Amino acid sequence: MSNLESIAAAETPAANPAPTGPPGGAKTDKPRSLAGDAWRDLRRNPIFWVASALVLLVVVMALVPQVFTPADPASCALSRQYAPPSGRAWFGYDFQGCDLFARTVYGARASIQVGVFAMLLAGAIALVVGLSSGYFGGWVDNILSRFTDIVLGIPILLAAIVLGKRLAGDRQGTGIWTVVIVLGVLGWTTASRVMRSSVISAKNQDYVAAARMLGAGHGRIMFRHILPNALAPFVVVMTIALGGFISVEATLSFLGIGLKAPAISWGIDISSSTVRVRENATPLIAPSAFLAMTVLAFIMLGDAIRDAFDPKLR
Amino acid sequence: MFRFIVRRLLQMVLTFIGATLLVYALMFSNQGSPARVIQSLVGERPVTPAQVQALTERYHLNEGFWVQYGYYMKGLLHLDFGTSLTGRPIGDMIAQAWPVTIRLAVIGVLFAVLFGVTAGVVAGIRRSGIFDNATLILTLLLISIPTIVLAPVAQFFFGIKLGWFPPTAGGDPTWWALVLPGLVLGSLSLATYSRLTRTSVAENLRADYVRTAKAKGLPPRRVIGVHVLRNSLIPVVTYIGIDIGGLMSGAIITEGVFNIPGVGFNLFRGIRTEDGPLVVGFVSLLVIVFLVANLIVDIMYAVLDPRIRYE
Repeated sequence: MSNLESIAAAETPAANPAPTGPPGGAKTDKPRSLAGDAWRDLRRNPIFWVASALVLLVVVMALVPQVFTPADPASCALSRQYAPPSGRAWFGYDFQGCDLFARTVYGARASIQVGVFAMLLAGAIALVVGLSSGYFGGWVDNILSRFTDIVLGIPILLAAIVLGKRLAGDRQGTGIWTVVIVLGVLGWTTASRVMRSSVISAKNQDYVAAARMLGAGHGRIMFRHILPNALAPFVVVMTIALGGFISVEATLSFLGIGLKAPAISWGIDISSSTVRVRENATPLIAPSAFLAMTVLAFIMLGDAIRDAFDPKLR
Repeated sequence: MFRFIVRRLLQMVLTFIGATLLVYALMFSNQGSPARVIQSLVGERPVTPAQVQALTERYHLNEGFWVQYGYYMKGLLHLDFGTSLTGRPIGDMIAQAWPVTIRLAVIGVLFAVLFGVTAGVVAGIRRSGIFDNATLILTLLLISIPTIVLAPVAQFFFGIKLGWFPPTAGGDPTWWALVLPGLVLGSLSLATYSRLTRTSVAENLRADYVRTAKAKGLPPRRVIGVHVLRNSLIPVVTYIGIDIGGLMSGAIITEGVFNIPGVGFNLFRGIRTEDGPLVVGFVSLLVIVFLVANLIVDIMYAVLDPRIRYE
């Protein structure tokens, strides 16, 4: 899964068929900022709107699943096993007699929670490592880069299997926090490299030299001058990484290392329905479709933002 | 060239030590309580004092962390990966499982290269055309679908419902039984190869040497087939090596779902049966394979592209 992020980061942007014509209704002569330009491009990109709508849908599902279904995903009765879809249960019932639609909707919560918190943790690590490594250079950069290489030298799923197994053995609970820590601690490398290289290119700009000459300290230069100008590629990588984290969470739960049975997660549902797919395939298809759609939404969103921010296309 | 290889080997030693240390620390750092390590090794099953004794001795849990790591390292260098909880030497299991996984990976990589690179070249030449946009959308879909979705769904549709392929492989799989799992395994690589090829072809088409080749009157077939392709494929060839890490992660799921007795399946089963020693042994092996693949790729890169070795 990690190569998914790295490829997305390494690759130059996809072609954007929408031509950047003359500015729409240019009312003032005020020059637009890079962010303003990007936003103007984004608004015209249908992919951006489709992805945003999907992300919004999944986030609402995670926050207030009650809106979508009145059924309780945990109330199951074997008497309803594999009952066909009806007005009450749109997708029918699964092997245990649980409402499939309700389980699928409630499954969004675990995915989004894990994805967002893991992204925050990984983002914080990547920000600190990438920023200091790029800004200070020299031996700091050397040590941090070698360390990044080492973490990058282990495929994320393999490391997550070992760490997840260990944390589960420690009886610290197998809730979402274990998975969040596993993903956050292991998933920051690509973002940190992207941050480092954009900090290095921002560091040599004239405005940084000007700020330094005016007597600004390291902290001020780093956070007021360099960071805002180095943030865009980082945000793109983190958006795509969020999709990746959701995918790895489901994979870990599928393997039985991530979330465990009483929890409701797409990975768990896919895992338990795979073995009974010959009897009934709907319990496999429903969570699979939602999982793929969610990952797709975040990757599309990241792609669209990258297209908008990449100056090469203008 | 020689200096490059030596420098790269030294770096590799450093990464190797770091990566194995990290994997080992993730599993065995115990803050003075071997009991917790043992619990994570055996999972939720109860342990007798004799088993605790045996595991403590086997992993030298009473020694300091660095001594333990030393023993682990010694084992790895002797290609000794320990024994599983069921008592089988992990080295034997690996020897049995490798050939199957390699066959599966060969199918996956062939499929990915054949279709991915071709699609990428065509899309790169006709940028922004219909084919290009279709490729972009299709590859985006392939990248987004997690293996845990693709494998069972493909098994259901092509194996069970349509019956085109055998749904599971089992004991001693034939090449035919490995085709569908191979396609599933290769699909993510297909998407990434085709995107890489497309970008690099599109970039090289604008290069000076292509203009020169056109200007001196070479036929387009030769400009694209020789000048552009040879240079565009360098990053793709090297990416295939890096991609082995992704293939191995994918193989855990694919082999688990399709019941293929390869390396990934052993790991899959080890996780499901909470066999800690088995998991640690196989993960160590896969990490080593990944590092070696990266090393080979880097050297290959230097061979293919002289600019790298004279930096």
